[in-house]
Amino acid sequence: MFNAKYVIPGIIVFAGLFTAPFWINMLSPKHEKVVVELPAHPVTFFGEERSQCIEPREWMAANHMELLIEWRDSALRENKRIYTATDGKKWETSLQNTCMACHSNKTEFCDKCHDANSVNPYCWDCHVIPQGNNNEF
Amino acid sequence: MNSSRRYFLKVASLSTFALAAGAAGTKAAGAEYEAYPEGLKAKRWAMVIDTRRFQNPESMRPIIEACHKAHNVPTIPGPKEVKWIWDDTFEHAFADDPSPLLPRGIEERRFFLMCNHCTNPSCVRVCPAGATYTTQGGLVAIDYHRCVGCRFCMAACPYGSRSFNFQDPRPFIKELNAAYPTRMRGVVEKCTFCAERLEKGLMPACVEASNGAILFGDLNDPDSVVRQALARNFSIRRKPSLGTDPGVYYII
Amino acid sequence: MLEKVLKGSPKYYLWLLFLLAVIGYAFIVYVFQLIYGLQLTGLTRNTSWGFYIAQFTYLVGVAAAAVMLVLPATFHHYHPYHRVIVFAEFLAIGAVIMCMLFIVVDMGQPQRVLNVILHPTPNSVMFWDCTVLCGYLLLNAVIGWTSLEHESRHVPVPGWVKVLVVISIFWAFSIHTVTAFLYAGLPGRHYWLSAIMAARFLASAFCAGPSLLLLGLLLLKRLTGFDPGKAVVKSLSITIAYAMGLNMFFYVLELFTAFYSGIPGHAHPIVFIFQGHEGLSVWVNGWMWTAVALAFISIFLLAIPKFRNNLKILPWALVMLIIASWIDKGLGLLIGGFAPTPYETYEVYTPTFWEVSVGLGIFAVGALVISILWKIALEMKREGGEPFALPE
Repeated sequence: MFNAKYVIPGIIVFAGLFTAPFWINMLSPKHEKVVVELPAHPVTFFGEERSQCIEPREWMAANHMELLIEWRDSALRENKRIYTATDGKKWETSLQNTCMACHSNKTEFCDKCHDANSVNPYCWDCHVIPQGNNNEF
Repeated sequence: MNSSRRYFLKVASLSTFALAAGAAGTKAAGAEYEAYPEGLKAKRWAMVIDTRRFQNPESMRPIIEACHKAHNVPTIPGPKEVKWIWDDTFEHAFADDPSPLLPRGIEERRFFLMCNHCTNPSCVRVCPAGATYTTQGGLVAIDYHRCVGCRFCMAACPYGSRSFNFQDPRPFIKELNAAYPTRMRGVVEKCTFCAERLEKGLMPACVEASNGAILFGDLNDPDSVVRQALARNFSIRRKPSLGTDPGVYYII
Repeated sequence: MLEKVLKGSPKYYLWLLFLLAVIGYAFIVYVFQLIYGLQLTGLTRNTSWGFYIAQFTYLVGVAAAAVMLVLPATFHHYHPYHRVIVFAEFLAIGAVIMCMLFIVVDMGQPQRVLNVILHPTPNSVMFWDCTVLCGYLLLNAVIGWTSLEHESRHVPVPGWVKVLVVISIFWAFSIHTVTAFLYAGLPGRHYWLSAIMAARFLASAFCAGPSLLLLGLLLLKRLTGFDPGKAVVKSLSITIAYAMGLNMFFYVLELFTAFYSGIPGHAHPIVFIFQGHEGLSVWVNGWMWTAVALAFISIFLLAIPKFRNNLKILPWALVMLIIASWIDKGLGLLIGGFAPTPYETYEVYTPTFWEVSVGLGIFAVGALVISILWKIALEMKREGGEPFALPE
């Protein structure tokens, strides 16, 4: 084979690098289930104390980003700022004033899961984090 | 990998795929959107400023502050400033109306400047991403999530109503209003005619702070306060010859 | 084909290394701009476009200039141009890439650039500008590449490429027209609100672009011995002379409308860039007068055949022309456009060191792309047996 002494080690190095994520994953500590801090106290919305999230927990975990995008577009472009959930309850479509009224601890709620999934949404470049139990602005 | 995380990833990737395929089919069953029933509606929102009631800059400060506080507008010194509503002289505000011999009362008077929420907004026409658009009642709005920061709208606005965030605005906001977002570095912002307040049945912040010197209402409704004020008083608008049809009227 | 890039003289490598160093430096500056935002630039609330957009505008013109060779070669069967057309097309590719980079570095949120495609807005000229620029890049890449390949193998260029060539001719006019429409349709910006803007842009493009190309070809001859041919130099410099004449004539038309009508809005920006405001001169005034002087000298040298055909004088005339047109479009256009502000006040925009650094980096990217593409073209021609030296 032409230039075998360069080509074969080259292929081996390439294969090693290419499969590196698997090796690193095998060697690093086992992934632990992310436990986020859920709100402890009920919050009043539309004159009613509520302690249940807008939609079922599993659905929210999977779809909150799309829901927020829907909220944004309906509020900003269609001037519709009330969301009627599957259970018929009404909510204001606001990340800052609805979601974060309960989930006020960004570090222990939002960040934990986002970090574990290595996503870095820019929501809080503009939306204000409730003050108190967070280290950030 | 535990099952809930696997489920999360599965749903997340599936919904991402659905989104990419153009079918954002993630709407929760039965979920619906509606406007606040108490929201104020108009065919064409307009503002009438009774400039006779603002004879000195001090009387204008509280109004500017009310707006800037409510909307987390930063106070950035220098020419890279951000402002939604501010005041200037007649000569500057009505730059194409150059009567050199103004009566003293007008020469010394200050005039509020802000977005005119034009009927033919050139800023909306030029936006390459649909980030600025007209909405209910002819309001010119900006979607800060979508703005690419090209600043074409700033070149297109003949009134200089738009500000660009040359830097992260947060360090320049003294008191943060936790109920309203800030903006981020690299997007354009401006007065919104308080769309978020109108939708909850409230008048714009400047109108509320003005003790009746700034009126707000439907230009298409002959009985509205703005129409009545315009019927009784002589008013002018900024640069009407450009055909933008501005929505802010000044009673002189 | 690509392997041609790798083999070259030490000088060639040194040149590429130098460009890479400039690019690396500019990239670091750009990373800072990404982190700290456009506060690193001299732009302000009232002068919201500056150096970056001006360079973009100028380079669209350079890109469009390839048509000055393609058109005579295609519609009038002017054969001497066939020898060098690929260089013009590759210059256009480099220019379009620079245009795109200048747009991206000017954005406040460059990571959202795809919003222009995800949310298409046909009412925005910027949307069309992106479309025509991408199309022009594609056209030139496909045409340049395939015709080069076929020529070097001595097979006729396929018919579909000829169709693309005809399309690219009209497309070239469109890219600079659309760029002019970015400016010429804005109410309240008096310096730009002029129907002759697109024509002026095209005229300045068709003198500056071919000048740049001709300079490059003359340099190529010195470095590699590849002679573009006397006929090419001659006809290209005639094209340049006519286009420069038109360019200056169109500017005079602007001056007439502004000053004979006496409408202050039209006259103010021109007075500002040439004289400053209320007795206070600004830094751009000297540049503008330099541009006027260079424009007149260059048109004088280019218009008279004795000087134009003298290869000792011609390069200087071209350099002067390029500087003059660059000052007009790369400085005067934007500074004049934002003067006065919407409140009839005046402020002077000055690009910052960082802004110019990023700009130089983009120019280096363009030079790198063009160097590599020209190198490939040369080697392909060498391989195909095309003679480098031509009989006198």
